Amino acid sequence: MNLLFFYSLRNLLTRRLTTALTALGMALVVFVFAAIIMLAEGLQKTLIDTGSYDNVVVIRKSSGSEVQSGIDRVQASIVETQPEIAMGQDGRPMIAKEMVVLITLEKQDAATRSNVVIRGVSPASLALRPQIRILAGRLPASGASEIMVGKSIATGFKGAGLEESLVFGMRSWRVVGIFDAGSTGYSSEIWGDVDQLMPAFRRPVYSSILFNLRNTDDFETVQPRIQNDPRLTVEAKRETVYYKEQSEAMATFLRILGLSLTIVFSIGAVVGAMITMYAAVATRTAEIGTLRALGFTQAAILTAFLLESLFLGAIGGCAGLFFASFLQFITVSTTNFQTFSELAFSFRLTPGIVIKSLSFSLIMGFAGGVLPAFRASRLNIITALREA
Amino acid sequence: MPSKRPVIEITDLVKSYRRGGQSIPVLENICLKIEEGEFLALMGPSGSGKSTLLNLIAGLDQADSGSIRVGDREITVLSESELARWRAGHVGFIFQFYNLIPVLTAFENVELPLMLTRLSKKARKSHVATALSLVSLSDRMDHYPRQLSGGQQQRVAIARAVVTDPTLLVADEPTGDLDRHSADEVLQLMDQLCTELGKTIVMVTHDPRAARKSHTLKYLEKGVLTDAPQIAAPECL
Ligand SMILES: Nc1ncnc2c1ncn2[C@@H]1O[C@H](COP(=O)(O)OP(=O)(O)O)[C@@H](O)[C@H]1O
Ligand SMILES: [Mg+2]
Repeated sequence: MNLLFFYSLRNLLTRRLTTALTALGMALVVFVFAAIIMLAEGLQKTLIDTGSYDNVVVIRKSSGSEVQSGIDRVQASIVETQPEIAMGQDGRPMIAKEMVVLITLEKQDAATRSNVVIRGVSPASLALRPQIRILAGRLPASGASEIMVGKSIATGFKGAGLEESLVFGMRSWRVVGIFDAGSTGYSSEIWGDVDQLMPAFRRPVYSSILFNLRNTDDFETVQPRIQNDPRLTVEAKRETVYYKEQSEAMATFLRILGLSLTIVFSIGAVVGAMITMYAAVATRTAEIGTLRALGFTQAAILTAFLLESLFLGAIGGCAGLFFASFLQFITVSTTNFQTFSELAFSFRLTPGIVIKSLSFSLIMGFAGGVLPAFRASRLNIITALREA
Repeated sequence: MPSKRPVIEITDLVKSYRRGGQSIPVLENICLKIEEGEFLALMGPSGSGKSTLLNLIAGLDQADSGSIRVGDREITVLSESELARWRAGHVGFIFQFYNLIPVLTAFENVELPLMLTRLSKKARKSHVATALSLVSLSDRMDHYPRQLSGGQQQRVAIARAVVTDPTLLVADEPTGDLDRHSADEVLQLMDQLCTELGKTIVMVTHDPRAARKSHTLKYLEKGVLTDAPQIAAPECL
């Protein structure tokens, strides 16, 4: 039935303006749909990339995130004795006891201030996060009031450039290094020696403990041991899981927002397609009668009009995706809902999103075309022919 | 009298339309025999039921009672989808307003009925080429209907009607929308289809010149079919 295929397609192309306008309506909906799930995807990807699978994060039970967590020194030393912890190249265990606090800093563009994560780190912290590279300067020396800042911080905040100084925790801290952590959340953090930062912020407890596993499978033994130890009130998670959970709420929020918005918008687009298709049936009534007289069945007519409407949806879907694909070049900076700190990420287009968006546009095409197509297929042949 | 069985045999055909709960009779006990290769013209005043009768013969409409046999098929008992399949194989249509599909070329319009057959693409192509050369429009096969004159469009429609080699050609006022010259061409062509290719044609017309081309002339008035306007309807035998 390839002639029927051309028949449908050419009818669309013949009434170019109507087709373009109807498809544009669908394109807008697909654009919004794709944009929001691309945002959710980009956010989640950024946060998940922040973690590595063989690292384990230990935080206080049900604290949700590092920021709310606290682990005292006694508990920290118990965690430190777990035999599953890997040894680093320097022969020391790959474990970092860290402290996380939030401060506000003045942004480069004057007036506004924004939350920034300060992370007190141990010597193993850097080795536990292989995605981090020093771009300029050096690591902060232990025992000194020195810090290094993530790339986004260095460019985004006042006094955060190399060899400049930031004042917080009632002390002045010299920026001795700038690091890049790719698209991960660390790019938006400030790092210093945990033993300097804890007294400065008068924090008696660590926020979290991060360690690397000797073997990937060891997680299955170390996690229950840590969580069931009566002396400990902590939970242990793979780092990837930890960050995925961190992004879940925001991503889910975005997806629900995206879906509700597009469902509302899509009603408009579907009605538009329906009007277009009803008009097509009305203007082509005699043509339908002719096709039926020639022996084309009701099913063939139904297919032809449904196909036409699906094409319409596909055109809208492709156009919407085309425009949405340009969003990938935009980096957005937003507040991380868990830490309320700055987080930079991009819209991310995945094959999954392409498939979802196109299916969505085809569903719109189908929904708009099904009733008109039924009407077309059920026209009485003789009445239809009289329309000539 | 005829040595062969007529290709079309209509017996006691009754058709009425329902309008606002009232039944309006259109055809009353129509009897008609059409021989193979006959060119029959059907005349009569407007609203007398000519198109209704033609549509019934062509399997587009359902009769109230009576029988219509075409070839060896009783078509009044066929279902909607069986009728569609039967039309595709046995009836060629020629309409007053040509009824070509605007978005398809002349070639594709003629190919359209062949899409309902099992013919290969190559076989379809050669059938279409033959049909178009029959109506002398081989050089126009890539033209769209809007690029053709009315007469040319009607000739494409004739090519479309004969391309499947149907048992029967039905034409409802085929010259009704044409100028005199184009009308003559179309009538010439239909005459040729009948005399040279032995096609059976049933044509509804108002045009006396068209009627003159036919072999047999029938009048339909107030639902009754007669051989001549002044002669009363003969009883069915
Ligand atoms: N679908 C229909 N519903 C009601 N009445 C109809 C319908 N089709 C035809 N008629 C009536 O049947 C009669 C015959 O119509 P038709 O066969 O088209 O006449 P003709 O072709 O001889 O001019 C007319 O009175 C017409 O109004
Ligand atoms: Mg008529």
